[in-house]
Amino acid sequence: MLALYVRDLKLGIRAGGGALVGILFFLAVIATVPFAIGPELTLLARIGPAMLWTGALLASLLGLDRLFQADREDGSLDLLVLAAERHMLPLIVLLKCLAHWTASVLPLVIAAPVLGILLNMDPLANAATTLTLLVGSPAVTFVGAIGAAVAVTLPRGGLLVSVLILPLVIPVLIFGVSTAYASVNDPAPFLPPFLILCALTLFFTVLGPLAASAALRAARG
Amino acid sequence: MRLTAQDLGAERGGERIFSGLHFAIGAGEALLVTGPNGAGKSTLLQVLCGLLPAAEGTILLEGAGEEWPTVAAAAHYLGHGNAMKPAMSVEENLRFWREFNGEPCLEVDEALEEVGLGSLGYLPFSTLSTGQRRRAAIARLLVSWRPIWLLDEPTAGLDARSETRFTALMEAHRADGGLIIAATHWPLHLQDVKELVLGDAA
Repeated sequence: MLALYVRDLKLGIRAGGGALVGILFFLAVIATVPFAIGPELTLLARIGPAMLWTGALLASLLGLDRLFQADREDGSLDLLVLAAERHMLPLIVLLKCLAHWTASVLPLVIAAPVLGILLNMDPLANAATTLTLLVGSPAVTFVGAIGAAVAVTLPRGGLLVSVLILPLVIPVLIFGVSTAYASVNDPAPFLPPFLILCALTLFFTVLGPLAASAALRAARG
Repeated sequence: MRLTAQDLGAERGGERIFSGLHFAIGAGEALLVTGPNGAGKSTLLQVLCGLLPAAEGTILLEGAGEEWPTVAAAAHYLGHGNAMKPAMSVEENLRFWREFNGEPCLEVDEALEEVGLGSLGYLPFSTLSTGQRRRAAIARLLVSWRPIWLLDEPTAGLDARSETRFTALMEAHRADGGLIIAATHWPLHLQDVKELVLGDAA
């Protein structure tokens, strides 16, 4: 099973730099915000966590449609589905998601504090936002797997995947941003929204692979 | 081990492709599925391994023991795609399938030697020619053991010499007690095979 994770990780890093595209998109979004908002440092610092979350969310949607499509095109997906007797299909999907997250989304989380500086965020808010991204972004990938599995037979499913899963990831966005704000705005408590964010990630860790494998099975019929 | 199909039928997009198929093959036997384009050869293989549901009839795998509970678990499926990643080397691809499929059989370099790619394992899969790609995909059948081989046009793109070599590999698999079901347009030069003709020729 580990072999699948290693293979997907290698492919994610090697093949055409999917991770780099995400980071460049993230950088482009964040770097343009200060020009659009104007030189109001307090305003920038206030919208910082929200902008980082929105940017990271959209950037992490970029390569998602290829999650299963590349495997479908070369015939690997059939073999992965057939191996269900040996390895559970939801586990296979889970590992593919984890590999995708490590190769394409983790770099965004690592880049987030650097980009936060561009938005005049103070160190505490920056650290809190990065932490919430680290905890919340796997949920986006797992929900994305559902969309990617539903759209696996469509040749240009990229935008469809994003539109399909956006409603489902809105709660993650809301709690991610509110946790980040809670760390800097004193009266608001930090722990409750943070724990809900953790719960959302755990919930989608289970639901995402299960739903995605059901969709993959149905896509055959 | 015995694979039996009774009264088997399949649909594709609401259209009945074939129905009422009967066949049974045992260990060491081979079944050639022939017929014109669109007769349902690929569909039959996909139904057999469980990628597509059967519209009617049953598929039975008997005497395979607990190790091989279903046809999908007991079978290597070689479809139209080669299931290899262009960005990885041939060796890396095969090593992945060997680990992922379990039941290791031949070593990766031995398997590459068997299909005549012994010196090319380090190359990225994308640089291979069509026939070499097919041979690499055939090497996947050798790196982990499965009693049943379901082959969909296995010799597509192979030259005459590789075809002979592949025939020898299939005979060796039958001698080890394996079953082979191959959908093909070309006679594979196998000894005493059963033949199943699909489509209007039947």
